[in-house]
Amino acid sequence: MLTRLKGGTVYDPMHGVNGEVRDIHVRDGRVVSSPPAGQRIDEEYDLHGKVVMAGAIDPHSHIGGGKVNIARTLLPEDHRPYPVPRTALTRSGTGRAAPSTMTTGYRYAEMGYTAVFEPAMLPANSRQAHMEMADIPIIDKGAYVMLGSDDYLLRMMAAGKTQEEINDYIAYTIVAAQALAVKVVNPGGISAFKFNQRNLDLDEKNSYYGVTPRQILQTLARGVKELGIPHPLHVHGCNLGVPGNMQTTLDTMSGVEGLPVHLTHIQFHSYGTEGDRRFSSGAAQIAEAINRHGHVSADVGQIMFGQTVTASGDNMAQFRNRGIATPNKWVCMDIECDAGCGVVPFRYRDQNFVNALQWAIGLEIFLLVQDPWRVFLTTDHPNGAPFTAYPHLIRLLMDKGFRDASLERLHPEAQAMSTLKSIQREYSLYEIAIMTRAAPSRSLGLSDLGHLGEGAAADITVYTPQDDKERMFERPDYVFKGGTLVARNGRIVKVTDGATHTLRPGFDKAAVKPLREYFDRYHTMRLENFRVSDEEIVNEGRGHVVVNQLRDGSRG
Amino acid sequence: MNPATAAPPTARSDTRTQTSVTCPFCSLLCDDLEVTNRGGSLGVSAGDCARARAGFEREYTVQPPQIGGRSVSLEEAVAAAVRLLRGARHPLYGGLGTDVAGMRGLLALADKTGGIVDHMLGDSMYRNILAMQDRGWILTTMTEVRNRADVVVFANLDAVSDHPRFFERNIWNADSMFGLPTKSRQVVYLGEGLNTRPGISPDGRKPLHLKNEPERLGELIGALRALLAGQSLQAEAVAGVRVSALMKLLGIMKGAKYGVIIWSPPRLPFASADLIVEAICDLVKELNAQTRFSGFALGGNEGILTAGAVCAWQSGYQLRTDFGAGFPEFDPTRNATARLLENDDVDLLMWTATFLAGHTPPATRAPTILLAPPLPSVDSRCAVYIPVGTPGVDHRGQMCRVDNVVSLPLHQVRESALPSVAGVCDLLLQSL
Repeated sequence: MLTRLKGGTVYDPMHGVNGEVRDIHVRDGRVVSSPPAGQRIDEEYDLHGKVVMAGAIDPHSHIGGGKVNIARTLLPEDHRPYPVPRTALTRSGTGRAAPSTMTTGYRYAEMGYTAVFEPAMLPANSRQAHMEMADIPIIDKGAYVMLGSDDYLLRMMAAGKTQEEINDYIAYTIVAAQALAVKVVNPGGISAFKFNQRNLDLDEKNSYYGVTPRQILQTLARGVKELGIPHPLHVHGCNLGVPGNMQTTLDTMSGVEGLPVHLTHIQFHSYGTEGDRRFSSGAAQIAEAINRHGHVSADVGQIMFGQTVTASGDNMAQFRNRGIATPNKWVCMDIECDAGCGVVPFRYRDQNFVNALQWAIGLEIFLLVQDPWRVFLTTDHPNGAPFTAYPHLIRLLMDKGFRDASLERLHPEAQAMSTLKSIQREYSLYEIAIMTRAAPSRSLGLSDLGHLGEGAAADITVYTPQDDKERMFERPDYVFKGGTLVARNGRIVKVTDGATHTLRPGFDKAAVKPLREYFDRYHTMRLENFRVSDEEIVNEGRGHVVVNQLRDGSRG
Repeated sequence: MNPATAAPPTARSDTRTQTSVTCPFCSLLCDDLEVTNRGGSLGVSAGDCARARAGFEREYTVQPPQIGGRSVSLEEAVAAAVRLLRGARHPLYGGLGTDVAGMRGLLALADKTGGIVDHMLGDSMYRNILAMQDRGWILTTMTEVRNRADVVVFANLDAVSDHPRFFERNIWNADSMFGLPTKSRQVVYLGEGLNTRPGISPDGRKPLHLKNEPERLGELIGALRALLAGQSLQAEAVAGVRVSALMKLLGIMKGAKYGVIIWSPPRLPFASADLIVEAICDLVKELNAQTRFSGFALGGNEGILTAGAVCAWQSGYQLRTDFGAGFPEFDPTRNATARLLENDDVDLLMWTATFLAGHTPPATRAPTILLAPPLPSVDSRCAVYIPVGTPGVDHRGQMCRVDNVVSLPLHQVRESALPSVAGVCDLLLQSL
């Protein structure tokens, strides 16, 4: 079947298309070239006056896996006010900060998002992460596997194993956990907390292994690069949320020896210690450093005011934060000589000095980083805010008047400490398309997603231009997933199953033997049962696995 | 790698042995079993325990479904079940002894028919969930216990009665990762009526055993918290344990590098036992001001953690969720199986139990649909009985382990003509 999307105003930064009126043709779920004149068009959508972009991609959103399910269980009060009734088409569920899986898929699709990536999949929890994501309909999914506090890596580093040997282990873990990228969270710190260390700075040694976060960052960043993993090492740095952590973040950028890194939820790592309250914005320095370091990309982790829940692998930081739990209950876990997690509910308040400044810091970073290809739009769902805040966030970036008016309602001292009002920049639609489509696609190596060129997956979102950008982005007119119309005017019209994106980097099969011995000796599951099979994800045809290409073009 | 063929069967005439088989019959999900299949009858040849034998070695028969005790075809049984489900205003999906796929199917049915979901062990689970939803907790997982724990306190349980291989796998394991001689672990039991023999170390060292009155465990924990906070106690004994013994225990716990306290919800069968769990969890949090200490909840048999996890991710709520309003509503008191049946608050019971317990559904005035393995005799009150396979025996599957972090693949270890719970649910959904 051939479908024509006729006469829309297209924003496709991957191909340099900036607001040009074009027809887009779709056949068998793909974008195809214009058919010869006279070719029968089976279906046509008149998109004159509409804005057309590829489906949006969220590169960092906690949508599935153990800590999300802990957050769901911990907070029935998060769901009670947000029931989602079942319809003839869709399953029931609940919102909001830790929504149910089906609701997650529907809400993302209704907002024009067609691919979302879980950034913190523990190897030990990878099967459950995939089982949860299998129940997220419509959108494509994928996950970044968490390394850096796992005892196997730390033992390899302490024993002086070669980079090649470590690369084999990284590659094996990516394949076994069915991951798309590698993340490190508080490098070595989650392990250090199990040895009763309460902080771990960039050059501080893990008390048992004697390795430092800097060494772990360098080792993993180098491994990721040498293996040809498209996405740079995804770094949740040291000292999350600690005033003054800006210096650690700057040191992290310069300390990876030019290796590509992606610094995630960087807002939480951009704090200075100036002012009477010893808490200030480091956004200017951080943005300047990102501008200077071409090997660095970042997502922001913007906060929004209201109730949410913070869910992180960083149990060292979450334990430190337990005193601010709102409501007053929290969960921390040490996990499988592999990782950890911490879940702390929190309410960001606009009349709280720190929260208000956090809000401003996130926006300052968005606006001061010059290259939209290297800064992605996230709230670190649900840690800064639920992902449903994205349309509001886009308006803040695109509308200075709205932004300034919002700032004026915040804690007055926070206003005084922020440079936000002096920043004139307003994001254009083209820049929004870069940061929510083209840039995450390129960064993750998703060749078929995030653009509208020939051969691309026909994941397409159509908006009606409006002065109120929040309204515009909240409820697209049409959302197509793989060429199928799945949402219209912000309502689901068809439920499909998305793909799971993975990689298959190669590794020396000889590397498996010591790992198997290690599992048999120390672990409580067998290595062959640790590995998540394709069949488990395909699950009677409900899902499918996409093996993406490595950076050198190979499939491992 | 396909979980069903993770360990390819090796043929020896009509005998086949599979290795690295996962055992679904307790929540430890041991996956080091060898299961030998001799012409369809199974034997556990390595990694066995009483529960594994009871499950894998259950006689395999192919039995037809029944309607009111009369043998019928699967199609007829499904049609009868569909009629019952269509006619029900408020069905209860109970038992829930199944795997992830089975639970997905049952939740789809509950959503479509406006039903309630609760597990046969729901009462015990809520001792944990209520505590967690009130205060949160610090927990650890099996591999951490196995490698790190230098002090392990068993609060009102001996572990082995419900989880036979717990000590073998997590306490007296030969090797540990951080130079901890596992033989030197300090094992402590709290409570009476326990089998403490497994707590004797391989070199003959006896565990510490404080014989508190079990139902007064909460008082004992409260006393420990008071002592930890630097308070002095007027009483000479608490819950039948001398304060001097409590001081000694507290010293051991404070001196741990990585201590673990283990409780099991089914072993706290007291009113308001959630408050005991809360006290344990608060004690753990307070110990972490100085050292590292974790809780470990050892319950979760019969697939309750799997059922709870799938329900949580699909609905946002744990079990005891009601889809009757057209959306999920959570009420752990109102939606308890015993209360619903007693008060005739549901008009149909669909009961699923594929592991060891619950093959006889609870007595009720509501008509009952039973999904269970082939049984020597079926409760004649069941309106419809559909024999189903057991996940991890008759078909492959996935389950969540006791620590709620690790989940494992289940393997098929014999050819089976029995449908899975998920398969039966699909048939029902197609006709509803």
